[in-house]
Amino acid sequence: MSQPFRLATGGRIDRGRRLSIRFNDATLEGFAGDTLASLLLANGRHLVGRSFKYHRPRGILSHGSEEPNALLSVDRGPGRRDPNNRATMVEAVDGLVTGSQNHWPSLELDAGEVNDLLSPVFVAGFYYKTFMWPRSFWEKLYEPRIRAAAGLGKAPETADPERYAHLHAHCEVLVVGAGPAGLAAALAASEGGGRVILADEQAEPGGSLLHETSALIDGMTAEAWRARALETLASRENVEILPRTTAFGYYNHNHVALLERLTDHLAEPPPHLPRERLWQVRARQVVLATGAHERPLVFADNDRPGIMLAESVRVFVNRYAVAPGRRIVFATTGASAYRAAADAKAAGLEVTLVDLRPEEDCGAGLQTLRALGCEVLTGHTVVGSQGRKRVSGLIVAPLGADGRVGARRTLPCDCVGMAGGWTPAVHLFSQSRGKLRFEPAIDAFVPGTSVQAERSVGAARGVYELSDVLADGHAAGADAAGRPSERAFAASPTPAGFTGIPLLPTDADPAKLRAFVDFQNDVTAKDIGLAVREGFESIEHVKRYTTTGMATDQGKSSNMNALGLVASILEKPVPAVGTTTFRPPYTPVSFGALAGQSRGALFDPVRTAPLDAWAEEHGAAFENVSLWRRAWYFPKPGEDMRAAVARECRAVREGVGIFDASTLGKIEVVGPDAAELMNRLYVNGWSKLAPGRCRYGLMLKEDGFVMDDGVVARLADDRFHVTTTTGGAARVLSHMEDYLQTEWPDLDVFLTSTTEQWAAIAVQGPKAREVIAPLVEGIAMDAESFPHMAVRLGRVCGVPCRLFRVSFTGELGYEINVPAGHAREVWEAVLEEGQRFGITPYGTETMHVLRAEKGFVIVGQETDGTVTPDDLGMGGMVSKIKPDFVGKRSLARPDIVAGGRRQLVGLLTEDAALILEEGAQVVADPDQPVPMRMLGYVTSSYWSEACGRGIALAMLADGRSLMGQRLHATTQEGFATVQVVEPVFVDAQGERIRA
Amino acid sequence: MLLVTCPYCGPRPEIEFHCGGEAHIARPAEPAGLDDQAWSEFLFVRTNRKGVQAERWLHQHGCRRWFNALRDTASDRFLATYEMGAPRPSAGGEELR
Amino acid sequence: MLEAKEVSRRDEAAPALDEVTIRLLPRSARFSLRLRPAEAKRLGRVADFALDQDINRLVATGERRSLRLGPDDWLLLAPEAGSEAIAEEIGSGLAGVFHALVDIGHREIAFEIAGQAGARVINSGCPLDLADAAFPAGSATRTLLAKAEIVLARPGEAPLWRVECGRSFAAYVEGWLTEAAAAVNGRR
Repeated sequence: MSQPFRLATGGRIDRGRRLSIRFNDATLEGFAGDTLASLLLANGRHLVGRSFKYHRPRGILSHGSEEPNALLSVDRGPGRRDPNNRATMVEAVDGLVTGSQNHWPSLELDAGEVNDLLSPVFVAGFYYKTFMWPRSFWEKLYEPRIRAAAGLGKAPETADPERYAHLHAHCEVLVVGAGPAGLAAALAASEGGGRVILADEQAEPGGSLLHETSALIDGMTAEAWRARALETLASRENVEILPRTTAFGYYNHNHVALLERLTDHLAEPPPHLPRERLWQVRARQVVLATGAHERPLVFADNDRPGIMLAESVRVFVNRYAVAPGRRIVFATTGASAYRAAADAKAAGLEVTLVDLRPEEDCGAGLQTLRALGCEVLTGHTVVGSQGRKRVSGLIVAPLGADGRVGARRTLPCDCVGMAGGWTPAVHLFSQSRGKLRFEPAIDAFVPGTSVQAERSVGAARGVYELSDVLADGHAAGADAAGRPSERAFAASPTPAGFTGIPLLPTDADPAKLRAFVDFQNDVTAKDIGLAVREGFESIEHVKRYTTTGMATDQGKSSNMNALGLVASILEKPVPAVGTTTFRPPYTPVSFGALAGQSRGALFDPVRTAPLDAWAEEHGAAFENVSLWRRAWYFPKPGEDMRAAVARECRAVREGVGIFDASTLGKIEVVGPDAAELMNRLYVNGWSKLAPGRCRYGLMLKEDGFVMDDGVVARLADDRFHVTTTTGGAARVLSHMEDYLQTEWPDLDVFLTSTTEQWAAIAVQGPKAREVIAPLVEGIAMDAESFPHMAVRLGRVCGVPCRLFRVSFTGELGYEINVPAGHAREVWEAVLEEGQRFGITPYGTETMHVLRAEKGFVIVGQETDGTVTPDDLGMGGMVSKIKPDFVGKRSLARPDIVAGGRRQLVGLLTEDAALILEEGAQVVADPDQPVPMRMLGYVTSSYWSEACGRGIALAMLADGRSLMGQRLHATTQEGFATVQVVEPVFVDAQGERIRA
Repeated sequence: MLLVTCPYCGPRPEIEFHCGGEAHIARPAEPAGLDDQAWSEFLFVRTNRKGVQAERWLHQHGCRRWFNALRDTASDRFLATYEMGAPRPSAGGEELR
Repeated sequence: MLEAKEVSRRDEAAPALDEVTIRLLPRSARFSLRLRPAEAKRLGRVADFALDQDINRLVATGERRSLRLGPDDWLLLAPEAGSEAIAEEIGSGLAGVFHALVDIGHREIAFEIAGQAGARVINSGCPLDLADAAFPAGSATRTLLAKAEIVLARPGEAPLWRVECGRSFAAYVEGWLTEAAAAVNGRR
């Protein structure tokens, strides 16, 4: 029969919408409105997984997001397999494929169960104690085996095809939790028109009201009150209700992260909908109405399938019309289980209740339940359970006044509802850095001192009486909105008192007791006792040693029992033991949601220069330089990189090449004090640089180390065009602004980034002048009028330009700066004009080779943030006249003037065909004992077409004193002999550049 | 993510800002006059207080102005933000959120 | 039973009639003007560009728009045709006054986002509060859209925003906005 444990009436499921799912090899039926948990239970499936460490059969413990046992794999298709879904939170969708985890060969028959037999060995700290020796076994045996056994579920093997979204939102009041407290808070907070966001992790807002079938609020049923509240909220434009949305992180200054699940509950989601949306909410005020979690009871074999939380039994009966069993025993230390028992009885189930407390403490529920015809055993403890894959009996015994455990009695059953009291869900409050306070009257930590603009209400702060919960929520919501208002609510009484007992009294041998505290991480009361005996007294240490509370459920059901155990063993009060820190996320968050749209092409901006499209159309290979995509080389058909680069290099040295240098950083420095600012920021002097001339500038940080370099043109007395390295553009501008704003605000100068305004087209080679001269208007191009290191304003191809005569290749060269939107037309015109000289486009690799042949450094390649101008052989550039500039004083620091610093040199390999590896270490004697004394390392290394051999630049200790010496550089095979030479390999006299 | 009150733009999300370390450390007017010890202290030595600290902040992706802030490094509360060049307000000023 | 009338969710509703559109705007004349705040206050305006508005406010005078992005920082926008004349006009208007005027007409690319849910599209990557009360007509500021810096402006009461970014970031910004708009518009 389908759904044999479905009750004939009641529940919030839609009996008109039948659906079926796959669970392992079975097809199971259910109704719309079911969760996987309620559907499984409706089909009598309690065994849904194997425990993490001992592979014990486990069932569904709870009905909410705290579920530690029922972790299922859900498969929605290729790339959509998702492990470790809590069955209590996944909504049943027709056709959903799910399965249990952590077993082999099957759920029913699991070889890993041997671990349970070995449990006396697998105690707390087992790993630390056992895998110590022999030492060599760790890498080869222990670690691989442990890795293979560890982990829960299987990760998907293909990329997730779903889409995920992010949204930043703001509101006056964020209410977390839409139970009675949250609804009342949202109603009050939204009255004045301020923006309110109400987020709830369940499919339907309402919280406990969804299973309050008998309670009345202000004379109406809880359901009617809930429906009216939601209707009111939905009618207010200022309210955003977010069901299926978990507030998982509470960060600084009321920044709260929400995860909204949009499509998992839909059988056929609309294609445009993202699967999940991550909200980043900045709320003026936050109301935490996160409710409370029920505590399990800790007794021997308390983890058998069929043993669940008492309130969860009630939820399955009332909300899902499911009988978790036909014959249910409730075991309790408090009052709420009586209500659950009464509801189960009313649903036609056979009910027995066992209360640890003496008859006189059991309250009004006792007589009510007995009047319904249920057997109630008061003053009884639970000492064990029977059954294997499903509980078949609960073993109880009377507890004498002296604490002695009396004769055992087995209560046959197919389900146990255990009620160990309530733990307010203070996770978000704790994440907000609020200080918790222990409240002995309810044996729980509750929110104490707030740090942020938030308030906790209702069960989240230990207020359990429904009328109080509603009034609490209302007052907090009104207060949060800045319109304080008190309102009384009439509601049915809520039985909630309990006696907190971390381990039920037993007469069993404590050494053999398998009483679970943390279900997900398989931590028993015995493990916690052992940890304390071994000296781990701080709760933080107990947590890490036993792993209690460290599973994905973060100990939602186990924390208070673990704390209580430690406290009772140490004979200290709970607050003296303290509690562990709650950290985000409250429940697991998918990587997809965290990434949002930032994947694929949107993972990072790919910055493209104005000529990127031309390069792509012409077959360029690209490389990434910071965020930029730059043309690396332009291979012709059949050419490899080396051949292409050699051809491009030859073209520039012998004819003419064209290169997109647009990514160079550019800064316009304007104002009467422009030269003064330049004097203070660069090592060189700028006062005497005439308008129309350029100078290579070197910039240091205050610590004296080279930060950036570039050619600077003076356009007018009060205007400079500064260039920076491609990667340094933003950093240099920021550095300059910092000094200008914070040290020298009196200087009359402003800085503006023009990196993207100007495209820079480098035309380099002996024929460069002949190529561009016909295109240029208003500029005298002859060598005398327009010398090397000069700048002219004019027009090229009719477009206004800043024409630089500069060279990073050692050849006669120009850089044509035109407004970026005109780059392509100018580039194509130059190419056209250059055809007669065989003009050749070249990329960044050729640029690197050509500059290395000339010994021009690249900041970030030759330098590493600890290199001074003198180290680079540029000591002569440093102004001796200027009394001060940024970094000057540091150049006189003792360790910078001391000998032995690494200096820039050239290296030539003895084997001319050999190209050293960049980063290769250089030593004087390859036969010296290890560790060898390193003299330095290779910073740049290329095949030089001009030299017909490999060339390299290196930074070597006292390198300039080693000229001509033979040293040895590491290679993949061993060492290569190299000779130290001046770091310039082509045209040492610089005649070509001034042609 | 902190909410930082820029003196020019008002409260804005932290992601628009860059923190530039301890404030009110003026660059010496004549560095050449400082001995190595004094210069290295200016360069490298900073306080790292648990509690209220004056810090430099840049509204990098906003008005691009540097300003100073009093921040409690333990609670991340801002007690004040003020323009560059203004004197440090007395700590314990009203909290800015 | 499940409530017959589920809480309505705008994402699950039929595609909004008023779709959010993203449009590349034609190139503008565009200048960065830097000026001491005291001078701006004294002058009030130059060449029909306002100078004395509050920081993060936009003022339009005919086709000339001035966006004050910081105490000493204005972004000036006008139709492209007049670019060179505008530079001269501003130059003569500020003769003798310390300032920096830099042509950045080609530095940036501008997009227009239009539609009731435009703010929601922008908020997919922009952390600012864009509600009417927090970002009313006439607002303009530098901020972030995901990993790109942008200038965001809301010229008028209409649900219409201008997003400017560095030209090398344009493909990223357009891609980001397009993907975000698809979800809001009910399209894949």
